[in-house]
Amino acid sequence: MSLLKYESQIREPLVDGNKDYHQVTEDIIRPIEMKPSRLWYIGFYISVALLLFGVYSIYREVTYGVGQWNLNKTIGWGWDITNFVWWVGIGHAGTLISAILLLFRQGWRTGVNRAAEAMTIFAVMCAGQFPIWHMGRVWLAFFIMPYPNSRGPVWVNFNSPLLWDVFAISTYFTVSLLFWYSGLLPDLATVRDRAKTKLRKLLYGIASFGWSGSTKHWQRHESLSLVLAGLATPLVLSVHTIVSFDFATSVVPGWHTTIFPPYFVAGAIFSGFAMVQSLMIVLRKVFALEDYITLGHIEAMNKVIVLTGSIVGIAYITELFIAWYGQNPYEWYAFKENRANLFSPYGWSYWLMMFCNVVSPQMFWFKKLRRNIAFTFFMSIIVNIGMWYERFVIIVTSTYRDYLPSSWSTYYSPSIWEIGFYLGTFGLFFTCFFLFAKYFPVIAVAEIKAVLKTSGENYKHKMTDIEKADAEKFYLDEVEHAH
Amino acid sequence: MAGGIKKFVVGSFDDEAVLFPAVKNVRRAGYKIHDVYTPFPIHGLDHAMGLRETSLHTAGFIYGITGTTTALACMSWIFTKDWPLNIGGKPHFALPAWIPITFELTVLFAAVGMVLSFCYLCQLSPFVKKHHFHLRATDDLFVMAIECTEKTNDAEVEAFLQRAGAKEVNVQHAETGWWIGRYDREQKLYADAEKGY
Repeated sequence: MSLLKYESQIREPLVDGNKDYHQVTEDIIRPIEMKPSRLWYIGFYISVALLLFGVYSIYREVTYGVGQWNLNKTIGWGWDITNFVWWVGIGHAGTLISAILLLFRQGWRTGVNRAAEAMTIFAVMCAGQFPIWHMGRVWLAFFIMPYPNSRGPVWVNFNSPLLWDVFAISTYFTVSLLFWYSGLLPDLATVRDRAKTKLRKLLYGIASFGWSGSTKHWQRHESLSLVLAGLATPLVLSVHTIVSFDFATSVVPGWHTTIFPPYFVAGAIFSGFAMVQSLMIVLRKVFALEDYITLGHIEAMNKVIVLTGSIVGIAYITELFIAWYGQNPYEWYAFKENRANLFSPYGWSYWLMMFCNVVSPQMFWFKKLRRNIAFTFFMSIIVNIGMWYERFVIIVTSTYRDYLPSSWSTYYSPSIWEIGFYLGTFGLFFTCFFLFAKYFPVIAVAEIKAVLKTSGENYKHKMTDIEKADAEKFYLDEVEHAH
Repeated sequence: MAGGIKKFVVGSFDDEAVLFPAVKNVRRAGYKIHDVYTPFPIHGLDHAMGLRETSLHTAGFIYGITGTTTALACMSWIFTKDWPLNIGGKPHFALPAWIPITFELTVLFAAVGMVLSFCYLCQLSPFVKKHHFHLRATDDLFVMAIECTEKTNDAEVEAFLQRAGAKEVNVQHAETGWWIGRYDREQKLYADAEKGY
């Protein structure tokens, strides 16, 4: 029993119910071995339908050109780049949970990290679509890679934030994928060793890379996870910093501010956690994982949401104040007239963003609301709408009135193919997520087992007895000593 | 690859709190632990078994600085020697502007290099197959395999493991290495070779 690490009784258990190691395996692996439910099929087919609509929208865009979108003379970036930044931001929560919380030794991450990392990978896949198809002549997309060529060689511009983005997003995707898959290996081996059908033995045998659970392999696995977490932590901060450089290094009023990197990173984590909440609340219900993704987990994530939401709020107010205090007439005009003026063409979007991102998350100061599942789900949708509008406000309200007032009149609203493309990425995201939820362990089985004896409900209960026994023994020793 | 066929006494434990003293006692008694297979990482077990620390993180550092130098060397050569582009009259050697890409490549090289090294060292790859002493070693059992030599008395080791708290004890002949195979087929490297597959 000396092995048991002591954890304070004040802490809520991370795993509810009377579980042992085998029960954990059963609970998490069983959905993979059963036929998917009717609900799964309905969700999956809806996602595939959305995906197909997206594919058709992209087909229109590639065939007829970027003119299929309603971008105009001053608004060169519209929904596409808004969606790009939105999806990348969503991805950030997965890395925060899997990497930063690992370094901070937050035990609760074990319940949600696997699905959150999957979310990261799918979100980055969706994000990548927008800049790629926005290129117009997408068959020349490989021009963004630096390689010796017969055109001079003309190299890419290493001084451009848009190229930094290429490196940042591709590195982020690769590292997230490696981190996720190396964590999956032991769990896929668990599925393999339980498999009854030949097909499952074959496929999970291939996917688990012949993992055996050897102590030496675990030792290396631990070292790998720790270093990958250490690498992913600055990486995730760098990715959204670089995305914000796309704006901050320009001379467009409303974009040219030094506050952008921290403000974008906080916003990314904020929206990402909201998306994790939406997904986890559905996932725990559909797969009956309430014992692993507990109310405690939901509350912990809501605390992150109220923190990052407040950081974002301070950033909005600072930005507004500096625009006035800086006395740059163009900057102040962009904020005062294009954004904060409710009666300007896009004023509504600024105040919608303010309400969704700054006012509404303050509700999570109340413990009752933090632990209310229906309210949390509702809030997670509100926050994601708000964060989408944040990027829309930044992009559109800064560009629809440029330095030449004669080009001001055009009001930008998306075409059906722009909307279709956005819906298509939802299709891609949820198609991937439904497949993941069906064929992969959605919770890190091995990691849950590793914290079970310190944080499982039934073991914590036993620990109280040990604690009491120790106290009695201590008392008896004292008494003996006195004699 | 293949390490040849060997004989093992295999004991399966259902509690890591029993496993730890068992590992210590087995080592003290002078038996050679081939390996212990566990469903999750158990901290301190590597030390108890006398395994040395992994130097994977050192490899990661070396991969990382390889990425740093690759990025800086390529960008400097391209922008100062191969094709100096005039970008707004700014210096060709624009080190501050190269920091983001340098950082990204450092991380990319370190991560990819480490994962590949990890897979190489642990012999992990699609279609790699190994002998698994107990299928529940990835579920809820902690499986200790003790290697037998000519001098080892199997019965004695079995009794020893039982006393140490093992729930199941048996003797297995197994390949120690890995081979290319499929998990949906009952394959054993040497047995198959004899059968002429």
